[in-house]
Amino acid sequence: METGLITDLLQFLFMGIQRGAIYAMVAIGFNMIYNSTGIINFAQGEFVVLGGLMMVSLTMSLKLSLVFAFLMSVAFVTVVGILMERLTINPVRRPTVLRLIIITIAVSMLFKGSAMCFWGKGSHYMHHFTDAPPLEVMGATILPQSLWVIGILALVVIGYVMFFNWTMTGKCMRACAINRDAARLAGINDRRMVMLSFALSAAIGAVAGIIITPIIQMDYARGALLGLKGFGAAVIGGLGNSMGAVAAGLLLGIIEALSGGFISSHYMDAIALLVMLGVLFVRPGGLFGSSEEVRLKEF
Amino acid sequence: MFIVSFASILHAGEKEPYHIGCAFAITGKAAWLGEPERNTAVMIAEQINKAGGINGHELVLHIEDTQGSNTRAVNAIKKLIKKDNVCAVIGPSRSGTTLASIPVVQQAKVPMLSCAAAASITNPPEKREWVFKMGQNDSDAARRIYEHMQENGIEKVGVITGTTGFGDAGRTQLKNLKDEYGIEIVADETYAPGDTDMTAQLISIRKSGAQAVINWSIVPAQSIVPQNMDQLKMDIPLYQSHGFANIKYAESAGESAEGSIFPAGRIMAAKTVPADHPQKEVLISYKNAYESSYDDQVTTFGGHAYDAMHIIAKALEKVGDNPAKIKETIENMEFVGISGVFEFSENDHCGLDKTAFEMMTVKDGRFVVLDR
Repeated sequence: METGLITDLLQFLFMGIQRGAIYAMVAIGFNMIYNSTGIINFAQGEFVVLGGLMMVSLTMSLKLSLVFAFLMSVAFVTVVGILMERLTINPVRRPTVLRLIIITIAVSMLFKGSAMCFWGKGSHYMHHFTDAPPLEVMGATILPQSLWVIGILALVVIGYVMFFNWTMTGKCMRACAINRDAARLAGINDRRMVMLSFALSAAIGAVAGIIITPIIQMDYARGALLGLKGFGAAVIGGLGNSMGAVAAGLLLGIIEALSGGFISSHYMDAIALLVMLGVLFVRPGGLFGSSEEVRLKEF
Repeated sequence: MFIVSFASILHAGEKEPYHIGCAFAITGKAAWLGEPERNTAVMIAEQINKAGGINGHELVLHIEDTQGSNTRAVNAIKKLIKKDNVCAVIGPSRSGTTLASIPVVQQAKVPMLSCAAAASITNPPEKREWVFKMGQNDSDAARRIYEHMQENGIEKVGVITGTTGFGDAGRTQLKNLKDEYGIEIVADETYAPGDTDMTAQLISIRKSGAQAVINWSIVPAQSIVPQNMDQLKMDIPLYQSHGFANIKYAESAGESAEGSIFPAGRIMAAKTVPADHPQKEVLISYKNAYESSYDDQVTTFGGHAYDAMHIIAKALEKVGDNPAKIKETIENMEFVGISGVFEFSENDHCGLDKTAFEMMTVKDGRFVVLDR
């Protein structure tokens, strides 16, 4: 069966967008906490893992309905995120960036270890959300699960924009990110905003984990791998700029898919990394962040 | 680090116990290998001691966790030999850790029965006098796949492998053996363990005019390949490696994995092995014992520990716990085990050939032996 160039291109685009959607979602999580605390949360990948594993338990073992299990898993990981902030980040007396980052590394190990004890060492799978055949678009095909991934990313982005632009809490969080001292003077409880950023970041991580698990299966040790590419997307998009992260995540995924399809799959990660390095040489602040803006953080 | 002793079970405690060392990757990245191995070893020691030990000697296991790391494996084996005075070592679980540990046992002159698979573990034989291997050779899996292709008139294949040590070794074997079987590799693609979609690679394979796909990997991502092939409506046969022999991978791939063909140890389809096969009895008894003792399914890896334990027990029964005599006995042993029918010799410390693999397929979500 021979197919045309356009069909192939479309197929690679589908593949790239699906890969990129996950990077984007992990990157948003990184940014959220970066904006409120100035640190990179090394436990971000673990949120993804916990979300995925919880979803597997709820749907495959307890046979709950998808929607209910989805909400439960997100709620569970959100609580984990809040506890993480309250128990490990909040009590730190003199929170320097380095100290907090090391704390997140410790927490990520703790999560990983607990997940291993609870879910065991093997990989867990769950069924695709819908049991429909692949859809055809101009000869190229896309799995329904990939549509779920892309659709949910879109919902997350829309919800994100609405939250930060239209709600008071969202605006308070932005104010804290731009200038924490000034925000506090204006009467915003900045510590609560930090907690909220952990909660939201954990929730988005969980969503990413839930939608990706039917495709890749989940095991306790996967966090670092998932976190890494998402971190790359966050950096290319301009650390702290979440819409930049979404664009960069999708771009990264598409570059990988195109280089895998047209050049060689052996080098697809290498090519994506080269492009990343190239971007950082030309624009050290990332694609969508100018170096001046790096100081002036914006969600 | 713990010692499993069954003195309380055993009352014939008059004679000196026999000490066996185990070094498995019980935690860490290769925990899925080490855990069933540990469980199996403990289970068999219990069985032997309950039955009165070996000629009245109690069997004491010293179990160390290598965490899949080379340094820890070397230290663990040094400790087992020097401090615990074991007469033989079972493990390590991974090829890398085994290769790192070889100098230790070569120097200490204590037999080591590795649960890993790389051919270099027992080659060259003159530098591996004290090392035995329970795992089937990668090259034999490749041979079985190529043989099956030959029988079905397939000459051009597209290869897609995972970028892990396992996938890489398979890719090398497939390339090395292709000429011997008159197979042409028309496409050679890879994917990383974290990849979520392999359509780009599969399109390249489709374009190359391949008559079949070989998917060689041990990571869960391999389950995506059959799904993507379905998605792209590729109807050429899919062959997979023995790394696919994990029922979860088949369940995850669902419908799309049905009918894919792969070589695997017979334990993966113990029930469908013909009743007159020499391994049938051992397979069923191990499967039943393991699955009733632990809330887990049998794996090939646990099978390696089963074989190692029984081979050492047989040697102990015959010549006692002198390491040199144990080695000599194993070299002249024939043993019907889980991984195959072992026929050791001085120059063959693996003892298995390509018949250790059976061609299997997925039918109604289960692994079954492929009908010829």
